[in-house]
Amino acid sequence: MTANSALIDLTGDPRRRRRERTVRFVFMTAAGVSVLISLAIVLSLIEQAWQFVVAIEFDQLLANGWFPRRGRFEFLTLFVHSSIITGIAMLVAVPFGLGSAIYLSEYAKPTSRRILKPILEVLAGIPSVVLGFFALQFLTPSVIRKVFPAADSANFLAAGIGVGILIIPLVASVSEDAMRAVPRALREASYGLGAKQWHTALRVVVPAALSGIAAAIILGISRAIGETMVVALAAGLNGIRNLNPLEGGLTMTGAIANLSVGSDQVAGNDSAFQSLFFVGLMLFTLTLGLNVISERVVRRYRQRY
Amino acid sequence: MATTSTSELVGRSLRRRGRSWVNTTIAGAMLFSLLFSLIVLVVLLADTIVKALPVFRSRGLEFVTANLSSQVDSAGIAQGIMGSLALTFLVIVIAFPLGVSAAVYLEEYARDNRWTRMINANIRNLAGVPSIVYGILGLFLFVKLINQGLFSVADGISGRNLIAGGLTLSVLVLPIMIITTAEALRAVSRELREASFGVGATKWETIRAQVLPVALPGILTGAVLTISRAFGETAPLLLAGAVLSQYFSVSSDAGLVDLVSNQPYTALPLIVYNFARQPETEFVQLTAAAILVLLGMLLSVNAATILLRDRVERRRG
Repeated sequence: MTANSALIDLTGDPRRRRRERTVRFVFMTAAGVSVLISLAIVLSLIEQAWQFVVAIEFDQLLANGWFPRRGRFEFLTLFVHSSIITGIAMLVAVPFGLGSAIYLSEYAKPTSRRILKPILEVLAGIPSVVLGFFALQFLTPSVIRKVFPAADSANFLAAGIGVGILIIPLVASVSEDAMRAVPRALREASYGLGAKQWHTALRVVVPAALSGIAAAIILGISRAIGETMVVALAAGLNGIRNLNPLEGGLTMTGAIANLSVGSDQVAGNDSAFQSLFFVGLMLFTLTLGLNVISERVVRRYRQRY
Repeated sequence: MATTSTSELVGRSLRRRGRSWVNTTIAGAMLFSLLFSLIVLVVLLADTIVKALPVFRSRGLEFVTANLSSQVDSAGIAQGIMGSLALTFLVIVIAFPLGVSAAVYLEEYARDNRWTRMINANIRNLAGVPSIVYGILGLFLFVKLINQGLFSVADGISGRNLIAGGLTLSVLVLPIMIITTAEALRAVSRELREASFGVGATKWETIRAQVLPVALPGILTGAVLTISRAFGETAPLLLAGAVLSQYFSVSSDAGLVDLVSNQPYTALPLIVYNFARQPETEFVQLTAAAILVLLGMLLSVNAATILLRDRVERRRG
């Protein structure tokens, strides 16, 4: 009898338990919403993209150039343009981002780190539309035209450099995290063998953090492909395939932005409107794939110490 | 004798110390790559200020309070500032409670099983989705749903209202909000939770009275950074119905409900984009001036956040 009542006491006040369940349910619903959102994204993209694919002729996907209002949907052109800008962006972001990460993780003393790190944080806080204006109104006229007078007012080079600047903080912070996770013992062993600081940084720490650095670069590529405003302002509206970095062209994100700006009545039901979802689905698949790969890289090649 | 003794090697290496130009060069190169970002920031700011100066010199603060216009001399950004503030308010009201709750569930309640890991991976992936894809979602779900009668909609606006924009931005920042909150919760020590359970508190009592107060500075820092990101976001609003045209007017007798669900809206970053697209060179100055206002609002928030974080870290350290 006594043992029984003690057990009942242990289960606690029913009101308290009911409240526990309610709170738990509320929190669980909130977490469920995030899953619903990703499902909604995928489903709305796939549904509309499918309608697009069904509605158009296959030839239209191979037509010359991307002119949705004229029924020419050569996706390859957008992809090539996106790749060119991403390539230029990575040429900027990888050296500067990686260099910043090495300096912050291996060279900077705690005090100077506290002063220098916010530079990257402030840069990361600059909206992309501002960098788009910077690329269009400063990089092109004041930098690129000084070197290449023949450059168009909208060109891949300016857009690529703008996107690259935007991605420096991402590459820097992810690879710095990876380098700081390299155990101290490795550095001390290196110094103990008589290696200099640069040798320890570049030949010991960087190789040990390589999986994290690779992940940073892949994430950077994914971000560069998805970057919209710099490209929409600085890369131009040319729908014909162009491989010259001094001229411009529509990218995947640029095409979406342009379709939504081109007319205010974008909510029609024609193929031009639905092509927006098709490009969006391609963009989503591409960036998702890259993000998953970067996670795999970290998991598979991480050295465990 | 071919072999040299250890002491000789050590001595030689010690003597060479202090004149390793390789070391200095490489350290310098790394420092330069970091300072490159600073140079970009300084050039960007200086260039924008120089371009914006004529506007502020000739018009002063009238530029900030004037309405949109296709006339260069009278175009202002008041609607953009109001729109951005309203959108930020909506994001705080929608994404902050939802994000914190989801993070609390995932960190404190959920067991470490396949479902939880899947949801976590899902959220990480959502954080990497390009923002313009969220715009497509916003266009499809919110603009179309609202269009189909969730709210009364005036002719010609077609559900492109503040609610659609606010929901789109909220969905965009939700994963980032969850991730930063989860990090803040993870930093709370296990012992604190166990001590609370030990004196008989339930899970919710422990979270409310112990975990959340300790994690609060971290949660708030993450939230402010996330919301400032939403403030500068342009691409999703292009699709989620913000007005891009040269001017529009909000009827002066619109009530609050009417204002968020039935009136056109725009935001400061969109005005920047729209000004920047104009072919007339006079608009370059206007764009720069609008950028300065945008950056001023953003940088003050970011600076406050960094100060706040330093203070919290020092108190803990």
